[in-house]
Amino acid sequence: MIIHAKNPVLEVHDLTVSYNRKPVLWGIDLTLPKGALVGIVGPNGAGKSTLIKAIMGLIPQSSGFVKLFDQPLNKVRDQISYVPQRESVDWDFPASVFDIVMMGRYGKLGILKRPRQSDEDIVIDCLRKVRMEGFKDRQISQLSGGQQQRVFLARALAQKADLYFMDEPFAGVDMTTEQAIIEILREMRAEGKTVVVVHHDLQSVPNYFDWVILLNMRLVACGETEKVFTQELLQETYGGKLTLLVEVGDLLKKSEHPSRES
Amino acid sequence: MLQNLLDFLSFQDINVRYVTFGSVLLAACSAVVGCFTFLKKKALVGDAVAHSVLPGVCLAFLATGTKNPVFLVVGAFLTGWISLIVIDWITANTKLKEDTAIGLVLSVFFGIGILLLTAIQHSGNASQAGLDSFLFGKAAALVGNDLIVFSTLAVVLLAVIFLFFKEFTLISFDLNFAKVIGYPVRKLELLLTTLTVLAVVVGIQAVGVVLMAAMLITPATAARFWTDKLPVMVLIAALMGAFSGFMGALVSYLSPSMPTGPWVVLVLSIVALFSFMFAPKKGILARMMLQRSNQRKICDENILKAMYQIGETDKDFFAERKFELIQEKRLFQTKYLKKGLNRLKREGYLQKKNNFWKFTKEGFEKGKRVTKLHRLWELYLTEYLRIAIDHVHDDAETMEHIITPEIEERLEQRLHYPTVDPHNTQIPK
Repeated sequence: MIIHAKNPVLEVHDLTVSYNRKPVLWGIDLTLPKGALVGIVGPNGAGKSTLIKAIMGLIPQSSGFVKLFDQPLNKVRDQISYVPQRESVDWDFPASVFDIVMMGRYGKLGILKRPRQSDEDIVIDCLRKVRMEGFKDRQISQLSGGQQQRVFLARALAQKADLYFMDEPFAGVDMTTEQAIIEILREMRAEGKTVVVVHHDLQSVPNYFDWVILLNMRLVACGETEKVFTQELLQETYGGKLTLLVEVGDLLKKSEHPSRES
Repeated sequence: MLQNLLDFLSFQDINVRYVTFGSVLLAACSAVVGCFTFLKKKALVGDAVAHSVLPGVCLAFLATGTKNPVFLVVGAFLTGWISLIVIDWITANTKLKEDTAIGLVLSVFFGIGILLLTAIQHSGNASQAGLDSFLFGKAAALVGNDLIVFSTLAVVLLAVIFLFFKEFTLISFDLNFAKVIGYPVRKLELLLTTLTVLAVVVGIQAVGVVLMAAMLITPATAARFWTDKLPVMVLIAALMGAFSGFMGALVSYLSPSMPTGPWVVLVLSIVALFSFMFAPKKGILARMMLQRSNQRKICDENILKAMYQIGETDKDFFAERKFELIQEKRLFQTKYLKKGLNRLKREGYLQKKNNFWKFTKEGFEKGKRVTKLHRLWELYLTEYLRIAIDHVHDDAETMEHIITPEIEERLEQRLHYPTVDPHNTQIPK
């Protein structure tokens, strides 16, 4: 069941994504409404992270297109924010919490410009929002997992974007931090921002998200949580591996065959 | 010898001034670029590039017949770059992993370089003399045209790093984020790679191709031990590079037959070794000291806890205790117990009278607190983690020493200010 949003902030059209010629996402078609908290849900290897990476242009798209605010990505980059998985960076990097959050300002600053006083104010303000202002000068390797996650969230806030993509912001985070983060996400929604979150815990989905994307290599469902987050569709998402799809994918990889003609 | 040293340090000889200035600048410059190579975890790539510039140097000489530094630099730069492209191509288009590709490219390029160098040396061409100094470096050659070319490159390098400091930091830490915010990541990476190749090309004059990788990476690794701030790290690395460059020039002056490179690297290695050992916080010594002080703290707190428990049984906390009684309560090693007791006396937690030990007010409070933390943690483990009562003691033995007052407060709150532990012993207030 795919419910389309009116005046979508995000439109994904016929998106196929492959790693080494092996398709991991097949023909995704979806739209997301403005001002929603959106959860991307699916089993391991369903392609959840891949979907947002492809939307962000970090992985080449084998087919299809993505439109954000009815524009191609390159035109609206400063309205978009991306929070990668915490493990994707080396936290032993010689930098302080402040330095990392300041990176959120780099997009608006542009190349070769040094941060201004106003940027520093924004950084401090964002650190306050995630309750990390006391850790401003802390070296990032000394942070706990939950604190690292909040630093990444603060960096995203500092971008002052309208559409946020977050890859597992609740991974390795204790209950208190999870609550704090979801509180912040709700505030962002209240300001009309859209937040798309890769999420693992099915139990909290109805409580956290207005809109859900059910994914398992292809789009199973996308729409309002109450309509889409049903027993039946979850069964379809999680029930059994799509063996046929995997086999065909392997075949494509082995024979170095393109996933689309042309 | 001493006279020579003084001559060198007086810098009266204009050549000495040039050579020293050159070595210092080149070494500092490669150290600065090396910081980013190190942070991007590309240390091996630096080594591959360094070895791959040799065929370029030789080909440039063969093509032009002169040792004009401009031609040699261009040649070196070209083959250095080609080696990188080949590594990337192999990694992307074959099943070989990057480390294999690097090993392959390094040895093949270097092999060709040695081959060409040998051929040139046996060709009877008189102007080839000195070309082999590119193997191990020769700081003494850093005069005249050479100096101008290499120092100009070094200064340009430093300027570019300074200009793009923010961008290079970002792509070193989080490449994907840099892409998403629309930075020209490919161009920036290209620039940084070019700088690495240039740093190698510049540095080989001082240390030679064989040891160039050490010039890139060693200052960065050593500097990392002293600081957690990138700008400071770059500065320290530069200073370390400069110092070893200076020493290399000195050795070259004192003993002209000595190859400079090995000496520069040797000095650098000593600096690095010193950093690994003695850097505050991260150095091996500092970590050993911390471990020792932790062990002492644990021992002291255990003694106070034992004293407190004896007091509990006797219902008299301030009675005088014999050494043997404490040891009976808890199996301390005699040596450590003696040292611990004396330390606690010095610090004002215990008093000693005719071989008897007695709590001071402060000692009593501390012993009580450690006992309390032990029992609180046992209770927490049984109540919240559902661990069997007979399994919680050992864990609590460790935790009692590290729980902070804030955690203590939260623990008590969560357990609703309990009065007895799982073994039904009183938890002190």
